[in-house]
Amino acid sequence: MAVEISSYDYSLVGKNSKLAEEKGLASAEWYSSPISRKRLKELMQRRDGPAIRDTLLWFALLGFTGFLGYYYWGTWWCVPAFFVYGVLYGSASDSRWHECGHRTAFKTVWMNDAVYEMASFMVLRESTSWRWSHTRHHTDTIIVGRDPEIAVPRPPDLVGIAMAFFSLKSGPKEFQRVFLHCRGKLTPEEATYVPASEHPRVFRIARIWALIYLVVIALAIYSRSILPLMFIGLPSFYGAWLLVVFGLTQHAGLAENVLDHRLNCRTVYMNPIFRFVYWNMNYHLEHHMFPMVPYYNLPALHAELKADLPTPYNGLWETYKEIIPTLIKQTKDPAYFVQRHLPPNAKPWPTGQGQGPLT
Amino acid sequence: MQTEMNDGWVDACSVGDIEPEDVFRFDYCEQTFAIYRSSDNKYYATDGLCTHEHVHLAGGFVMDHIIECPKHNGRFDFTTGAAQGAPVCINLKTYPVKVENGRVFLKLS
Repeated sequence: MAVEISSYDYSLVGKNSKLAEEKGLASAEWYSSPISRKRLKELMQRRDGPAIRDTLLWFALLGFTGFLGYYYWGTWWCVPAFFVYGVLYGSASDSRWHECGHRTAFKTVWMNDAVYEMASFMVLRESTSWRWSHTRHHTDTIIVGRDPEIAVPRPPDLVGIAMAFFSLKSGPKEFQRVFLHCRGKLTPEEATYVPASEHPRVFRIARIWALIYLVVIALAIYSRSILPLMFIGLPSFYGAWLLVVFGLTQHAGLAENVLDHRLNCRTVYMNPIFRFVYWNMNYHLEHHMFPMVPYYNLPALHAELKADLPTPYNGLWETYKEIIPTLIKQTKDPAYFVQRHLPPNAKPWPTGQGQGPLT
Repeated sequence: MQTEMNDGWVDACSVGDIEPEDVFRFDYCEQTFAIYRSSDNKYYATDGLCTHEHVHLAGGFVMDHIIECPKHNGRFDFTTGAAQGAPVCINLKTYPVKVENGRVFLKLS
């Protein structure tokens, strides 16, 4: 069991935020598995090649499926075309957003930033505020009252999770924030993690987004067709489902308020197609422990660390056999969570972060 | 052994303690510093903690003249201390460095 927090108040400006600070859970030191500096340096090396190859392939697939959708528009053949286009647009953008947000995908900084801006738009996450949100997520991973990216707060809202498959909750919220930012304002929670020097950038990007959406909507009205919105706008909703399928595997049902990623992150083995879509984010535990390692080196990092890590999950099926019953159980018993088990020779949980309660 | 010299130079480490394109942590008088060796074997020094969230930069990654923080990937130019953009907004303090007889010295005062 983890550090006890008085209630399930996930607000960043609520009582648990202060409580987390008082209990030493905020901006704390986290456990790292042993790895030699020499090997870590090798794994941290950046290259442009893999990300350029994968990005060009992504663009090509978007272009090809988008063309098929356009060509077959008005027939049933456009359905599979937009099905794949939507996944590439609304789900594959999640991992591009993530890796380029860390600026580890490409060696060249502007390439990371360019893909990050584009992927942010596609996945419907405003680039600046979400960059800071994700920074906090890495500082205080699944710390209640501190982490703004806890995907499944307890008790789980199962209807909300079902709606997330098509961004039906997060999408409208993001548009509300875009509207707020266009007017030069932030939410109170954003104000806790976005520094003042970045506020003008938040407002500028929101206005650019609003302009793009207005142009696409005007085009749809002018052409009396939703086709323009099938390419830009709607895929962030109808194509988001795979993002949620992958994303829930990262932390859902695991411990809260612990300072060891082995307790609150999952690594899930996936097939090469899923790993292309997800850019190896399925090695999520390793990523949280060493976020400097680019996605194309995460399998090698996993091989280095696995003796010190809980057993990885062998595919989505095995993972969801654990997640679904856990979330259902948490609706009635929010204190319940999945306890991870270490291999025999792994370093034990850090003091006070074991499977029992802190004393 | 760390020896403070008369003119404020402090013996921090041996040149061999830092590989080319790497960083070394040096703690002195309750302060922590990061000493860098560039690929062309020049030495630089900055404060040891990231200005964003007080993470030791010595665990980070050196690329050319950039140090990347191990926690949030914030980047600084370690030759000038300049922050290179979000999530780091505040520059690092830099310190003069000299190499004599195979030892690296920092000027701290």
